[in-house]
Amino acid sequence: MVDVKIYDSKDEIAWCPGCGNFGILDGLKQTLAEMELKPHEVVIVSGIGQAGKTHNYINTNGYNGLHGRAVPPAQGIKIANKDLKVILHSGDGDSYAEGGNHLLHGIRRNVDLTHVVHFNQIYGLTKGQASPTTARGQKTNMQFDGNKTDPLQTLLFAISVGCGFVARTFSGDKEHLVKTLKEAINYKGYALVDVLQPCVAFNRVNTFKYYKDRVYTLDSTDYDPTNKVEAMKKAMEWGDDGIPIGVIYREEKETYIDKISYLREGPALVDRMWNPEDAKKYMEDYR
Amino acid sequence: MENNILIGGAAGLGIDTLGILIGKILCRKGYFIHSTKDFMSRIRGGHNFTQIRFGVEPVCSHWPLLDCIIALDKETVEFHAERLGEGGVIICDESVEAKDDRIIHLPMARFAKEVGNNRAAGSVAAGALFKIIGESFDIVEEVFMEKFEKETAHSNFEAFKKGYEFVEEVFKINKPKKREQIFINSNDAIALGALAGGIGFFASYPMAPSTSIMTKLSMKQDDAKIIVEQVEDEISAINMVLGASYAGVRSMTSTSGGGYALMVEAMSYQGITETPIVVVDVQRPGPATGFPTRTEQADLDFVLFSGHGEYPKMIIAVKNAEDAFYQTTRAFNLADKYQVQVIILSDQYLADATQTIPPYDFSRVTIERHLMTKEELGNEEYKRYKPVENGISPRIMPGKIENALVRVESHEHNEYGHITESAEVRTSMQDKRMRKMEGLINEIQEPDYFGVESPEILLIGWGSMYGPIKEAVNMLNEDGASVGALIFGDLYPLPTRLLKKYGECAKKLVNVEMNSTGQLARLIRQETGIFLDHSILNYNGRQMDSYTVYSRVKEEVL
Ligand SMILES: Cc1ncc(C[n+]2csc(CCOP(=O)(O)OP(=O)(O)O)c2C)c(N)n1
Ligand SMILES: [Mg+2]
Repeated sequence: MVDVKIYDSKDEIAWCPGCGNFGILDGLKQTLAEMELKPHEVVIVSGIGQAGKTHNYINTNGYNGLHGRAVPPAQGIKIANKDLKVILHSGDGDSYAEGGNHLLHGIRRNVDLTHVVHFNQIYGLTKGQASPTTARGQKTNMQFDGNKTDPLQTLLFAISVGCGFVARTFSGDKEHLVKTLKEAINYKGYALVDVLQPCVAFNRVNTFKYYKDRVYTLDSTDYDPTNKVEAMKKAMEWGDDGIPIGVIYREEKETYIDKISYLREGPALVDRMWNPEDAKKYMEDYR
Repeated sequence: MENNILIGGAAGLGIDTLGILIGKILCRKGYFIHSTKDFMSRIRGGHNFTQIRFGVEPVCSHWPLLDCIIALDKETVEFHAERLGEGGVIICDESVEAKDDRIIHLPMARFAKEVGNNRAAGSVAAGALFKIIGESFDIVEEVFMEKFEKETAHSNFEAFKKGYEFVEEVFKINKPKKREQIFINSNDAIALGALAGGIGFFASYPMAPSTSIMTKLSMKQDDAKIIVEQVEDEISAINMVLGASYAGVRSMTSTSGGGYALMVEAMSYQGITETPIVVVDVQRPGPATGFPTRTEQADLDFVLFSGHGEYPKMIIAVKNAEDAFYQTTRAFNLADKYQVQVIILSDQYLADATQTIPPYDFSRVTIERHLMTKEELGNEEYKRYKPVENGISPRIMPGKIENALVRVESHEHNEYGHITESAEVRTSMQDKRMRKMEGLINEIQEPDYFGVESPEILLIGWGSMYGPIKEAVNMLNEDGASVGALIFGDLYPLPTRLLKKYGECAKKLVNVEMNSTGQLARLIRQETGIFLDHSILNYNGRQMDSYTVYSRVKEEVL
């Protein structure tokens, strides 16, 4: 294992004390260290939001994109250089609201990357408006009479559109977080991980205690994550009777790069050798 | 001397194929050709036509008069017969009930049936055309063999011969010498330029009239071992291209105005992250969905001012298929050198105007990546946004050099690419980015000038108006007028040297543009304070031809 300190960044952390994001950052560093990935081999891609600050606090390559637009560049980076490990961190608003279309089609495209959603059921950075995962009826700093919209069942959505790796973990359970992230990063294809992350400033409902009291690990049951119908049922489980954490669904699928022989077998696109004269033959079409 | 033919009919009748076949044969025979398309936004029915202008002298515009019409339906006769010049003829099937003395009724369908290929009616007409213009069979068979499967080629050639034998020669036209040339439109030229320029990644969402750039690249992607990805929307296209470019491959996207509108936030993102990209906007008339299959030059203001905040950019309008190739290769080099966005403006007219041009000289094309190597970095700590004199902080590929991390940031950032709130850092970073403009200004190409040396009237145009204006200037000067023209390719930064030189001596400055507000005239005023005296504008979706420019100058300016 490499020393986890090599991922430490000098930046002052701007998250609130007690924020669930600290747990995610800590777990991410631990995961990279255990996987013996060097900082230059990893790109942390992020969107905009509190979650979208993650790349600042870890010493690796970083690509801070636009709000809702982290999925497209993450795919572009991986397609251009398959030797990089691409890990995407974005908020639940970023991933499921502004970026919903990219997520849907990113899953379909199945580029090998890990998408970690900081699932706090609120817009943190913009001070407490409802996110697509905020409970119906919950009062927020914008939905004063309570949220009138049903929350998106994110993992059910992901399974239904064909995601081959769908998991949930909890920022308050480091061991489980590291195990899940490791599995997600090792998975070949689009891996989506919702990380329950209490927002201490703006979500009075989904607190640390709320999650702590309800989560149970799937490992402790005889759950089979390869059965798609069962997985869809499991993905719908949420609330006072329990919130499952662990790998909800897993299926081996051909990745985007697997489908393109010269990318699969040849060098990374960034290492492609090319001379302008190589294109001369294409002019023959116009004679 | 030149000839003009028109092939018209409903969508789905094979006008395109016929136009390409005739064009290719004439090209190989050595004619200069300029062929344009006018079509509706539909798959079947309506009225579409291709116009082919050819001769033994160079041609660079379409032309209003016709010598021969191949009418695949009755509407074509009704719509275009009045444009037929003296001695002109109309070829149509014997079943078409149009009345006109100039019609040659040809048993197109019957002959096609006789050769056992109902789809060969167009080839019957092509055969008749070649006889009418006094051309030989030469080259015809070889082109059919390349274009079709063997059996289809054979039946089409038989059909061609039947048409040829059915009619008499009408025109005595000058025969060209064979010459080395290609027959290509500007969309294909841009795709070919991108391939020559070492494109590695292309993402786009289909939108007329840009789509064929993606189609062309897609056809070559396996052979060239590049990636061409049709994505979910233009926002994804531009952001994916930015990601791929960050990783280190040359990346491009293409679209039309509406798609560009979706890309605008990311264009601004390009500005702050300084990730090189090439974006092609093949313009069509707006606002909104506008005229999907028609032409306009009305996105200049839009691309110029697109993107919030202030950052350097480069805008190049392409002038024709020859220019489009070289400018695309240049765009990649400039994007890499200055780490800027280079926007290529084209339009539907150019996208569909197929012309004969000298073969591209691939030995003239260079690929200059301006990436810093491990050796150049040495033991120094890598800083993505190092504040250097010319504003161009060295780039490296992420993952290639141990301990050298590449961090790009959408927020204002310090030299390491870390987020900052510092007023001082903000100012110095903004200055660093804007300093790149100084370098870009030294790269810009002056507009093309043609006409008399001290013109009384100076026409000013850009991009696709190159051909029509060039021919109009010749015609006007032959009539004894004193006219010159400046045609801009590089638009931003705006080159001003020739503008000042010719602007000073001319009595009247006239902008000739395909839009309704005179966008180039406004840009010139903004950048130089020069007011143009008169505008010749057209915004009906159809490109002004050289004759229109010529007559409008005579009526409105002289
Ligand atoms: C195009 C655009 N729209 C809106 C914003 C403002 N904005 C920034 S982050 C954010 C939502 C943050 O919520 P989430 O994605 O859940 O992240 P969190 O802060 O909760 O981690 C919004 C609305 C923006 N930066 N860009
Ligand atoms: Mg959130």
